[in-house]
Amino acid sequence: MAKNTKKEPLFRMSKRGEVMPGWKAWGTRFIGFLLSLVVSAVVIFAITGLNPIEVFAKMGEGAFGSAKKSWVTVRDAMTMLCIAVGLAPAFKMRFWNIGAEGQILVGGLASAACMIYLKSLPGLVLIIVMMITSLIAGGLWGLLPAVFKAKWNTNETLFTLMMNYIAIQLTSFFVAQWENPPGSNSVGVINGRTGNQGWLPNLFSSGFNKDFGWNVIIVLAVTLFMYLYLNKSKHGYEISVIGDSQRTARYAGIRVNYAFVRTMVLSGAICGLAGFVAVSGSSHTISTSTAGGRGFTAIIVAWLAQFNSIVMIIFSFLLVVLQKGAQQIATSFGLNKYISEMITGIILFFLLGSEFFVNYKLRFRGRKEK
Amino acid sequence: MESNCAIKMEKITKRFGSVTANDGIDLELREGEILSLLGENGSGKTTLMNMLSGIYYPDEGQIYVHGKPVQIASPKDAFANGIGMIHQHFKLVDVFTATENIVLGLEGEGKFDLKKAGKKVEEICKRYGFDIKPDQKVYDMSVSQKQTVEIVKVLYRGADILILDEPTAVLTPQETDKLFAIMRNMKADGKSLIIITHKLHEVLDVSDRVAILRKGKYIGDVATKDADQQSLTDMMVGRSVSLNIDRPDPVDPRPRVVIHGLTAYDDLGVKRLDNVSFTINSGEILGVAGVAGSGQKELLETIAGLYPVASGTIVYNDPKTGKQVDLVGMDPMAIRKAGVAASFVPEDRLGMGLVSTMGMTGNMMLRSWRHGHSPFVERKEPEHLAQEIWHELEVVTPSTSFPVRRMSGGNVQKVLVGREIAQSPSLLMTAYAVRGLDINTSYTIYNLLTKEKMKGTAVVYVGEDLDVLLELCDRIVVLCGGQVSGVVDARTITKEEVGLLMTQHRKEA
Amino acid sequence: MIQLLTSAIAFGTIIMFGAMGEILIEKAGNLNLGIPGIMYLGGIGGLIASFFYELNGGTNPFVGILLSILCCMACAAVGGLIYAFLTITLRANQNVTGLTLTIFGGGVANFLGGSLNTIAGGVGQISVPITSAGFRWYAQTFAGENWFMRIFLQRGFMAFLAIVMALVLYYFMNRTRTGLNLRAVGENPGTADAAGINVTKYKYVANIVGAGISGLGGLFYTMDYIKGTWANDGTIEGLGWLAVALVIFASWRYLRVLFGSYLFGLVYWAYLYIPGLNRSTLELFKMLPYVVTLVVLIAVSLRKKRENQPPASLGLPYFREER
Repeated sequence: MAKNTKKEPLFRMSKRGEVMPGWKAWGTRFIGFLLSLVVSAVVIFAITGLNPIEVFAKMGEGAFGSAKKSWVTVRDAMTMLCIAVGLAPAFKMRFWNIGAEGQILVGGLASAACMIYLKSLPGLVLIIVMMITSLIAGGLWGLLPAVFKAKWNTNETLFTLMMNYIAIQLTSFFVAQWENPPGSNSVGVINGRTGNQGWLPNLFSSGFNKDFGWNVIIVLAVTLFMYLYLNKSKHGYEISVIGDSQRTARYAGIRVNYAFVRTMVLSGAICGLAGFVAVSGSSHTISTSTAGGRGFTAIIVAWLAQFNSIVMIIFSFLLVVLQKGAQQIATSFGLNKYISEMITGIILFFLLGSEFFVNYKLRFRGRKEK
Repeated sequence: MESNCAIKMEKITKRFGSVTANDGIDLELREGEILSLLGENGSGKTTLMNMLSGIYYPDEGQIYVHGKPVQIASPKDAFANGIGMIHQHFKLVDVFTATENIVLGLEGEGKFDLKKAGKKVEEICKRYGFDIKPDQKVYDMSVSQKQTVEIVKVLYRGADILILDEPTAVLTPQETDKLFAIMRNMKADGKSLIIITHKLHEVLDVSDRVAILRKGKYIGDVATKDADQQSLTDMMVGRSVSLNIDRPDPVDPRPRVVIHGLTAYDDLGVKRLDNVSFTINSGEILGVAGVAGSGQKELLETIAGLYPVASGTIVYNDPKTGKQVDLVGMDPMAIRKAGVAASFVPEDRLGMGLVSTMGMTGNMMLRSWRHGHSPFVERKEPEHLAQEIWHELEVVTPSTSFPVRRMSGGNVQKVLVGREIAQSPSLLMTAYAVRGLDINTSYTIYNLLTKEKMKGTAVVYVGEDLDVLLELCDRIVVLCGGQVSGVVDARTITKEEVGLLMTQHRKEA
Repeated sequence: MIQLLTSAIAFGTIIMFGAMGEILIEKAGNLNLGIPGIMYLGGIGGLIASFFYELNGGTNPFVGILLSILCCMACAAVGGLIYAFLTITLRANQNVTGLTLTIFGGGVANFLGGSLNTIAGGVGQISVPITSAGFRWYAQTFAGENWFMRIFLQRGFMAFLAIVMALVLYYFMNRTRTGLNLRAVGENPGTADAAGINVTKYKYVANIVGAGISGLGGLFYTMDYIKGTWANDGTIEGLGWLAVALVIFASWRYLRVLFGSYLFGLVYWAYLYIPGLNRSTLELFKMLPYVVTLVVLIAVSLRKKRENQPPASLGLPYFREER
């Protein structure tokens, strides 16, 4: 006896038959982003009682309220962009490099070490040496998990993750070594009173970190390089094929293991360079929070931009602007800065969710298809 | 309402995106009969049956079971209505035992007792003459044992309507006969059965009635005793086609690849190829036959440098230089650098032969991306080749940059085969080159392969349809459990003899 | 030595809770890298519940405990629900979604942990002495009598709850119908679906319940280990990642988690017992648990037995009408 009286399900989803046109896809993502802003505003309202208009006004003030604030926003967006650009090749070949935090830290450590031990070098030479050492340090940090992945297929997600903590402890070790002043448990501003050796100078004026700095040029150059590398070069083609299917790559004669190692060295090196940009171009010090979770956030930036370096510029700015805004609100209410991570989480959830509506369509009960 | 219908489907329509897989289909299964559902690949047979088993839900139409209107929204609903489906791709969990697989998803009363369930499984096996052990893990089973588990699973749930989706595709002729005997047993036991197939002689052999689908539409039904191969083909294809494949004599056959003592293990240490020796000649099509999983895939992949070889040699005779190269120990890049013009159409088209997210041009580059000394890739040459294949093989796609994974199966295969032949190979290996393709595309592929043979290329054709192997190939290598159980002349051997070889392990020499 | 063992048991317990939840989730085919975030959410959720209870004059430790456990599991489960909705219904990438959940959970917990008192109009740190004491009542009474009690009764009842839970989950996974069905979902969702198992429902329930269990690890840390306060020093995050690593080490088996977690706990604190360390070299030896995990990962990748492999569909989305 069939006791089945179930109705047709409320809605069903199916894969889109055709690719969504670009403007529509970005429109969908934009709606997701707007929704996340609404939710963030509600959360902030619940905590602080600010009305939504004030929330956004305050946020804007936090990000662009003064020339210095605008620069800080641009500066941090550039650091974020640099990390995301570094992660892109690894993720495009589906190598889960969760280890950007560690790669940034060792890159930053290398830069800080140069600033401390090689400060007698002439300005430009020191900066170049710092860049090179941070590239090498980050590259090494990327090399190790790739070698094990290539050799024994060791799970790279957890491997790179553990490398983060090893880098953190390494940083703690050096912070204790370089402690200044003694007992402060921090390195303090390096070369702040002895001539600012190894600081990235401003672009249009003299001095440091007040106005647009060389960070912008370095990071944008790396971004452009990565765009060409991924889209036009033979290596970029190999990466795309491996990301789609490793078996296809082997079939096509691509040496997958070698490509893993090569790409991860590049990925780690650019993340290491981001460590240099963070140390030399903004904080002028090193601590275990130099990476500050950006290595994770940047993964999602790269993912959402679908590894397109140019699109990453937009996402980096978006996140940094919102983070600065949220921090401004937290500060003015005597709350702590972690609010920005909470807001980041909310925005990313919505953006991740909106990808579904780009790739699938819903059909509701009773409605006929066109 | 007719009460003698086990199942009645009325005006069933199902769409996937812009494709209409089933278009207003009416189908009846009478009580206690075996119905053949006949149609080409892609005619919508499996989709239609999946709506009975609750995998898909129809967009339009109504289903009646034993005369009562029902909604089948999930496999659970299907079981509740006594419908059980044996899927073509087995729905089994490899790391579970037979019994665990059989009781999976059942809501029993009281304590969960695997031993008791195992006893009941044994009883069912005894009743119908199955041979499986309740505690055996699925990954240790042969293909036909896995199928048996599927059938027992359905019977265990008390199904009285059974649907078998291409059950014979993976079986030897002998195993097929055994299966048909079991089906007749079940019919005698009062059960109603539907068998999906596209093999005409099987239809004529086992069923009482035949229903025919073509391109998602219901064409009609006919009592088996009134039908013959020709009339069924006409209904299935819509016009008369010759079943004959053109087979010219081989052209100047000389050994192109000599394989000797080839042995290989998979990464779990299981022997996949066992001391395999045979020769691939130029100017002929060499068929490879065997039950699924007898080492066909591993054989081709070892030659292509994609599978690790434990021992043995694969010697390639270069027709241009006359030199001999042993391919063992080389990866695909090394093989290509050694000047071996080998093309390979693998079984997994989108996962191995093509980059599914790229368009035709990107996929042409898979062969040419390394050309030139510049660090940048050259796009003009592959774009040109893509245009050529697009027009010559009549590939249906909006552009050469349209992702291949969104193309239909036949077009995907045309892109793959087109690219591989465009490399002017001296050795062309194909695995299941016509699987899932309609008759027209299949013949396009047969013709392309024969044309290659006439050019003097050594062609290897791994296939599952023995009829095609016997008509297309010149010689056939039969594999069984990773061993060569025979190398035979395709012109003189019968299907039954090949079938015997497929299950007969070679005596250790 | 005794202190090493008690510390090892404490951190072992936290890791065990995290890993037990993650196994449940992974057996359903979802690789959730949001475990640290979920543990954060659980820890802060439990703390907040008891904070408001005591703020409003509550004095009964049992009510406090009950409220904080319920709120802990609820908050963690919400984290699991967000992840489940995004990865199961909206088919977002599991790794990326998990990482986002870790960022989000850490943000929420550290923000509320540091700011809750301000928001509630007070000053200084959160503290919940009554409830926290309740979590450790017998530990305060009996510990210190002799070495045995000092090792095994130093921690509150949740340390024992973890062991019981591991045994219960072992039984559930291997000896019950639902456990069999759940494993099938993680191995081969298509098969489970065809067998009439509601794959989506199983995945959702496993994700939500698993997150709830993992959240208890965060609660144990805040209520028992740091005695009802909040510390935003990232310890929970580090332990959360170790929990994810432990799942691989234990090859998805509950009994191995039981022993593995204490082993991880021991390694975590081993640096305390290495003589001759100064302040900076001490930091180097704190690497030990992570280095050991790396070695374990490499060792695991060398073994190839079928019984030790992850659930076959781990990390892959399931969509029935895909074709």
